[in-house]
Amino acid sequence: MEKLIDIGKYIEIGINALEQNFSGLWRAIDDIISWTVDSINDLFLAIPFYVIIILVTIGAYYAQAGKDAITKEGIKKAAGLTAFVILGLFLVWAMGYWKEAVQTTTLVIVSTVIALVFGIPLGIWTARSNMANAIIRPILDLMQTMPAFVYLIPAIFFFSVGNTPGVIATVIFSLPPAVRLTSLGIRNVPSDVIEAGRAYGSTEKQILFKIQLPLAKTTILAGINQVILLALSMVVIASMVGAKGLGSIVYQGIQQNNIAKGFEAGLGIVVLAIILDRITQSIAKK
Amino acid sequence: MSDKRKIKIHVEDLTLIFGKRKQEALKLLQQGVSKDEILKKTKCTVGVNKANLEIKEREIFVIMGLSGSGKSTLIRCLNRLNEPTAGKVYFDNHDITRETNKELLETRRTKMSMVFQKFGLLPHHTILENAAFGLEIRGEEKAKREARAIQALETVGLRGYEAQYPSELSGGMQQRVGLARALANDPEVLLMDEAFSALDPLIKSDMQDELLQIQNKLHKTIVFITHDLDEAIKIGDRIAIMKDGVVEQIGTAEEILNNPASEYVEAFVEKVDRKTIITAESLMFKKFTFAEISKEGPKSIIRKMRTGSLDVLPIVDSNKKFLGYVWLKDVLKLEKEKETSVSKVLKDEVPSVYTTYTVEDMLPLITGIKYPLAVVDEESGKLLGIVSQTSLIIEATRFEKADIIELKEKANEI
Repeated sequence: MEKLIDIGKYIEIGINALEQNFSGLWRAIDDIISWTVDSINDLFLAIPFYVIIILVTIGAYYAQAGKDAITKEGIKKAAGLTAFVILGLFLVWAMGYWKEAVQTTTLVIVSTVIALVFGIPLGIWTARSNMANAIIRPILDLMQTMPAFVYLIPAIFFFSVGNTPGVIATVIFSLPPAVRLTSLGIRNVPSDVIEAGRAYGSTEKQILFKIQLPLAKTTILAGINQVILLALSMVVIASMVGAKGLGSIVYQGIQQNNIAKGFEAGLGIVVLAIILDRITQSIAKK
Repeated sequence: MSDKRKIKIHVEDLTLIFGKRKQEALKLLQQGVSKDEILKKTKCTVGVNKANLEIKEREIFVIMGLSGSGKSTLIRCLNRLNEPTAGKVYFDNHDITRETNKELLETRRTKMSMVFQKFGLLPHHTILENAAFGLEIRGEEKAKREARAIQALETVGLRGYEAQYPSELSGGMQQRVGLARALANDPEVLLMDEAFSALDPLIKSDMQDELLQIQNKLHKTIVFITHDLDEAIKIGDRIAIMKDGVVEQIGTAEEILNNPASEYVEAFVEKVDRKTIITAESLMFKKFTFAEISKEGPKSIIRKMRTGSLDVLPIVDSNKKFLGYVWLKDVLKLEKEKETSVSKVLKDEVPSVYTTYTVEDMLPLITGIKYPLAVVDEESGKLLGIVSQTSLIIEATRFEKADIIELKEKANEI
C-alpha cells in the first residue's frame, strides 16, 4: 500500500537540515567526546592490569563493607564481592580481553557522566514543575520504548562511525532512569518536612539542596545504578557503529560465526556488569 | 489583667478559598451564598470564612475545632504557608499579607517559628542539626547556631541526645526536638499546629505541662491548634472555637463553658469536666445579706436574718473584711442577755476561698459544714460573695435544683 503519511520522510528532512546547518557543532562534540574517551583509555591502559585489579578490589571492598571496613564484620560482609572482583577481572585478563574491557568501561563511564549531567537536572525540573513533567514524561517513554538500534542511524549520520556515535546513542538510551528516579525521589520527600523548611524561611534553593536532594539521595543513586547498567548494555550494541570494546568482539563473533570468541567476550561483559552493579548498589544503600 | 497586654497578631476578615476560581467564589461568599452553593457553582472550597482574631502578647491562644473546621488553614495564613484570599493579618500592626517574598522569608526566619503535628524533622540530620535547622537557614555560623541549639535542647530536656537521629527517638522526644528547633530561633511567636495530637495520652499530658513550664519562663506568644477541648482548656489562656471555617466564639475556657455562643459550641463543651474549670468567681452569689460587726447589734442582725429566713449570717468588719459567721440561735440568746455586740458568738474558724478556686477545690471543704463558703479577695480579705453547698453540688453533678429536691424526697422515703 502506498503511504498516506510519510513521517519518516519528514524526520529525514529534519535530520538532514540539522546535520548541514550545525556541522560545526557536531564536529566540536565529536572532538570533545573522542578526545575524552581516548585520554581515559590511554590512562587506564598505561596502568598495569594488576594495579587496576587491586584498586578496583579495594574500592569494591570499601563500598560493600562501609563503616565496618576494618573489622571482622566488614570482612564477612564484603568477602564474596571482593573474591568475585579479583577472580572476574583476572579471568578477563587471562582470556586476553583486558584492553577491550577497559575500552567498554570507559565508554560506560563517559556515557553515564553525560547522561547524569543532563538527567539529574531534568529530573529536578520535572519534580518541581507539573508542566515540565507533562512535557518530558512522554519523551522519556518514547526514548525507552524505541528500539535501541534506531538511535544508531542518526548517530552515524552526525558523527560517522567510531566511539562518539556509540556514546551519543548510549546517552539517549540510558538517560530516562536518571530523570525518572530523580523526579520520583524528590516527589516522595514527605510534604511535612518541606513545609517545615518553608515555615523556617527556606528559599527554594535551600529547600532543594538542604531537604529535597538529600532525602531523595537513595532513589537518585538507584537511578544512577540503572543508568550504568543500561549504558553497559547499549555500549555492546553500539559496537555496530564502530564503538570499540568487548561489544565489538561479540559483533565479530556473530559475523565470523565464532562461538568461542562471542562467548568469551559475553562472559567479560557479565563480569563487568556484576562488578559495576554491586559496587553502585552498595553505595546507594548507605 | 490580660486586657492591658498589647495585641501581637490581629487577624481581620481573613478569608481563604481553595480552588481555581477564587475571586468568583469570594464574590459569592460576600453576597452571603453558602459554602455548599459556592462549591457547586465554582468548585471552590471555603477554608476560612472572614475570621477575626486578636491574639495578645505573651498569651497562649488556642484555636479549636474538628478536622475540616479550617483551624490548620487559618494558622498557616499567619505565616503565609497558605496565601489568604482576602483579609489582613497584622503582626505588631504590620500587615503580613502585603509583605514581599523577601520580607516574608525574614519574618519566618526571625519572628515566627512553627511546630508541626508530624514533627517535620529531617531524617538525615542529627538531633543537634535538626534543632539548629532554623538558624542554619537563617545563615548563622555553625558554632553560634550549635550553642543555641544545645541551649534549646536543654530547655526541652533533651541534653545528651545531640548525636542521635530522629528515627532513634520516640514520638514524644521527636516533638521535643520540633519544639527545640522552634525555640532555638528565639521567635516572638510560636505557631503550634496540633503539636501534641500525634502523641499518646500520657506523653501528651507531659508535653502540655512542659509547654506551660517553658511558657512560664519564656513568655512567648503562642498560637496553638488542637481538636481536643480538654487540651485547649488546659493550656489556653483564651480559646477560639471554629466550625466550617467560621470562628464561632472566642473567650476564656470558663466564659465558653458558661455561655456557649451556639449549639455547636454547646455540644462541644457538654462533655467537658466542668469541676476543674468553673471557679468560685462565677459560682458565687454577689448579692447576699451580711452584717458589719461594729455597726450592727443582735437586734438588727436578727431582723436581717428573719427577713431573709437565714440560719447563718456572714459578718464583716468596717473594711468589709470577712470575719466569720453567726448562728440565729446564738444571736437570739445574746439578745435575751441584752448584749450589744455579736462578737462573743462569732465563729471565725471557718473555711473561706479565693475567686480562683475551682469546684473541685471547694467540694472537699463543704463536708461536715452547714454554712456557705465565703469568697474573699486574695489581698484585702474583703468578702466578695458566698458559694452555697447547693450550687456546688448542682455544678458537680449537673443536676437541676428540682432534681436534687426530688432525689432528696425519694431518699427520705426509704
